[in-house]
Amino acid sequence: MTSTSSSPAAPAAKSGRNEILYFAFRNTKLVIGAVVFLIFLLGAIFGPMLATHEPLTFDAPPGLPPSADYWFGTTLFGQDVFSQFVHGLRSSFIVGALGGITAAVIGMLVGFFAGYRGGIVDEVLNMLTNVVLVIPTFAVLLVVAAYLSVRGLGTEAMFIGLTSWPWAARAIRAQTFSLTSRDFVGMARLNGESTFRIIFGEIAPNMSSYLVMTFILLFGGAILTAATLDFIGLGPTDSISLGLMMNFSVMNAALQLGMWWWFVPPGLAITAIVGSLYVMNVGLDEVFNPKLRAL
Amino acid sequence: MLRYLARKLFIYLLTFIVAVTIDWAIPRFMPGNPVDALVSRIALMPDANAALTSYFMAAFNLDQPLWQQYLNFWWALLNGDLGRSIMLFPTPVTTLIGRALPYTLGLLLPSILLSWYVGNVVGALAARRKLLDNTVLPLGYLLTATPYMWLGILLAWVLGSSLGWFPLAFGYDQSLKAEWTWKFISSLLYHWILPFASLFLVALGGWAIGMRNMIIYELESDYANYLMALGAPQRLVRKYAFRNAMLPQITGLALQLGAVVGGALVTEIVFSYPGLGWLVLSGIQNQDYFVIQGVFLFIIVGVLLANLIVDVVYVIVDPRTRVGLQGDAA
Repeated sequence: MTSTSSSPAAPAAKSGRNEILYFAFRNTKLVIGAVVFLIFLLGAIFGPMLATHEPLTFDAPPGLPPSADYWFGTTLFGQDVFSQFVHGLRSSFIVGALGGITAAVIGMLVGFFAGYRGGIVDEVLNMLTNVVLVIPTFAVLLVVAAYLSVRGLGTEAMFIGLTSWPWAARAIRAQTFSLTSRDFVGMARLNGESTFRIIFGEIAPNMSSYLVMTFILLFGGAILTAATLDFIGLGPTDSISLGLMMNFSVMNAALQLGMWWWFVPPGLAITAIVGSLYVMNVGLDEVFNPKLRAL
Repeated sequence: MLRYLARKLFIYLLTFIVAVTIDWAIPRFMPGNPVDALVSRIALMPDANAALTSYFMAAFNLDQPLWQQYLNFWWALLNGDLGRSIMLFPTPVTTLIGRALPYTLGLLLPSILLSWYVGNVVGALAARRKLLDNTVLPLGYLLTATPYMWLGILLAWVLGSSLGWFPLAFGYDQSLKAEWTWKFISSLLYHWILPFASLFLVALGGWAIGMRNMIIYELESDYANYLMALGAPQRLVRKYAFRNAMLPQITGLALQLGAVVGGALVTEIVFSYPGLGWLVLSGIQNQDYFVIQGVFLFIIVGVLLANLIVDVVYVIVDPRTRVGLQGDAA
């Protein structure tokens, strides 16, 4: 039974699912967040097919404001901003997903084992978590990225993932800790199930909503960190991203030249994507947690 | 209480050692070699390059065994020696950092403390008040989701370029000399406002949301219900809720420090503000690895110190840590 642990009087699994869907579609925060997120996701998937120009070739008149031919205008060097934008969106989603998954996997493994095993395993993992938590992540990324001469989206995402997991591990550990003392975990243990099975068969499903929300936050965080790194010029060297667009526009004084179409779209997109993720997260919280529903 | 602090101190010491090791290891184990980069900048004949490379390897003690290099690194560090800058040779890195530090601190401290305080108050006011909540919450989410540099650029564009109210770049008017005159100080303040505002605004949202959620949680707890059942005035109940909700926010402050420092670095870059962020950027652009490493170490030490201060404050604020009960989760 997955969804019954939080509310003792929950109906059978099927109607429980319907209940969640019922509240999900009536939650304005979740719906608005999901719609905004989906719009950008679709833009990232299909946008590059719509773009009539290559993102990095110099084949347009320079410095054009938005028009029918160049939807988002062109850069100072005659590149199509719309094409850069949709390719950048794609990069952002890729980095967010890869970085978020990496961080979620590490955070879950560390959190589950520390919370379930306790004792010396907990001590060591907790120490590790605290050390990585205190180190200013961004400074580490700065040094690593500065030394890598060739950088791809994959390496960027991996390094972001490797440094952003600690708070997730800590939160998951606390949740696991409270679930471990429940009866059904004790029963599974008496049955002689392996640690692995207990964690992923008994504990994880009972905090699945929590895990989903953790992943959403990690996803958004990875997008923001990547944008910041790219902005300093430490982003991928082989492709375009939203952060790199901001970097180019600022380095070439788009601001002073009044070329707002060059630097407004990338930042607005990042704000909208990450903001929609955060709002979705609150919505999900209200859907999964009956206490928060009646506001 | 001493046990609590000792435990924290141990973690910080461990963190420091790990951080220094990372700082030492990254240049040595990453693909590419700083010395090659340095030599290729000079770009000489091939055999001269080889000679130069071996000269630099010896000069930076890179030909010694690794353990020796590691010990050397610690020894230099403990003597306050972070090496010499390559781009501004032979200025020691510590001098450069010392020059940039006041600007970064001047930006960071007020923006962190003020955004924390204002955010908490706004969040506490918004909790369970429909009208305020409906404006604070969306705005808060929007602000936390904004990349620091983008808000900075936007502010610079609207208030700087278009309206011309504030200067777009630099720490002070470049025609002035750095001296303690009224004119210089007012120029400093004038240039400080925009970078400060962008840091302040982005951080504000997160605190407000956190506080709002904590207050709602506290207002549903038993003691709050009991007080209300006794007929205590709303103000009093909220006051107790606020004090309890403060504790996680103090821990949160420590957790957020690293992110805020990162934000300050990029904000400085947006405004060409002569702090550590600007220093790091010129270090990156000139491949001045000693500067990058030095700033990294400096940030680590700063964040660790700040964490320690937060811990001490926590002990003062939360009596449970003093009598040895489990107060903080860590």
